[in-house]
Amino acid sequence: MTDGVTQGGLFAAWRAMLVRDLTLAMRRRADVLTSLFFFVIVVSLFPLGVSPEMAVLRGIAPGVIWVAALLATMLSLGRMFADDHQDGSLEQTLLLPHPLSVLVLAKVLAHWLVSGLPLVLLSPLLGMQLGLEGEAIGLLMLTLLLGTPVLSLIGATGAALTLGVRGGGVLVSLLVLPLYIPVLIFGTGAVDAGISGMDYEGHLSLLGAFLVMALLTTPLATAAALRISVE
Amino acid sequence: MLEIRGLECVRGDHRLFTGLKFSLQGGELLYLRGSNGSGKTSLLRTVCGLLEPAEGEVLWKGRNVRSQRDEFNAELTYLGHLNGVKGELTAFENLQLGGALSGLAVSEDDIYQALERIGLGGREDLPTQVLSQGQKRRVALAGLLLSQASLWVLDEPFSALDVGAVDQLAKLIEAHLQKGGMAMFTTHQAVDIRAGAVSEVNLDALDS
Repeated sequence: MTDGVTQGGLFAAWRAMLVRDLTLAMRRRADVLTSLFFFVIVVSLFPLGVSPEMAVLRGIAPGVIWVAALLATMLSLGRMFADDHQDGSLEQTLLLPHPLSVLVLAKVLAHWLVSGLPLVLLSPLLGMQLGLEGEAIGLLMLTLLLGTPVLSLIGATGAALTLGVRGGGVLVSLLVLPLYIPVLIFGTGAVDAGISGMDYEGHLSLLGAFLVMALLTTPLATAAALRISVE
Repeated sequence: MLEIRGLECVRGDHRLFTGLKFSLQGGELLYLRGSNGSGKTSLLRTVCGLLEPAEGEVLWKGRNVRSQRDEFNAELTYLGHLNGVKGELTAFENLQLGGALSGLAVSEDDIYQALERIGLGGREDLPTQVLSQGQKRRVALAGLLLSQASLWVLDEPFSALDVGAVDQLAKLIEAHLQKGGMAMFTTHQAVDIRAGAVSEVNLDALDS
């Protein structure tokens, strides 16, 4: 009696998961905007705190923007699975007739579209504020475009591991921030190399490699962590 | 169809039950009884595959469910203490996305009909967070109406429901059993469900 599962059901489910998470984010806009404003404000504090000299700011700009992006991503990780865990949707997700890691990928994509992509789009403005110029800004955007999905993917594993743990928010930073270090190094490295006229393609290739690696491995780890979290 | 063999469940350092065995065929209903803390929820979650048994196995059509998770999940509907209903989404959206997620071909008419039948007519387009506890439960139950799973695992399905809804759910389970489905549930209420075969497992009567 159970031949209700249609062909192409996995794709339909994947899309439904993406649509669901995007709809939820739209209905909870305040949460999304909080981490974006955080990003803007943290970057804007540096000219006030360090020095208004353009030469100084230009030197630290890639690092400042990248670190602010890491922190803003950290802020938004909490809501990736916590609500689902609390209202029982996570249990139901685990009991779907589809590979969990594929569904996890839909959730991570939704998270990136809502919390990562806006950072990429805002970065030129903040780059200009810190005195970056044309090519460097383009390069900054490109590194963020390659790097922020890695942050969401790794962050998902951290968020899944700390589900239901008291003080999970702080714990997730301790777990995930060290793993963000390579992305930070090569992200800022590429922009710095571009500014000083050196070759930056190696940095970009490595960022691309991180993205591929994270795409292949973190959904499996996240799925395993989610199964443990409901036990 | 569903067979439990030598199941042992441990939570923390406490062994809830051990050596539990029973089986369930098409059209059969299983009542799960036991006092608070006797492991009813743990048993249901183990059957679904959410908990790993300390010992023993759960077989579906003769094969361990852990080795065929997707096939088993396609035939399983689980309703736990939590409704799994998203507060920011409307009842309609919850069911629509729920249907797409489980790979069911559910039309809009089916969803409106299910909500009407379960007594939520006229409230389809309200965010479920403004609904009462019982109404949220009904949204989850409307999911049962749309489900095509053959095994229903229900944890306290009658809690938070009014008398009318309890009757309706009992009829729903009856209809499911008549179609050859299987159901197992826990309840502290006396509910009258006619089924081809009713069996009972009492967790208090097992020695652990």
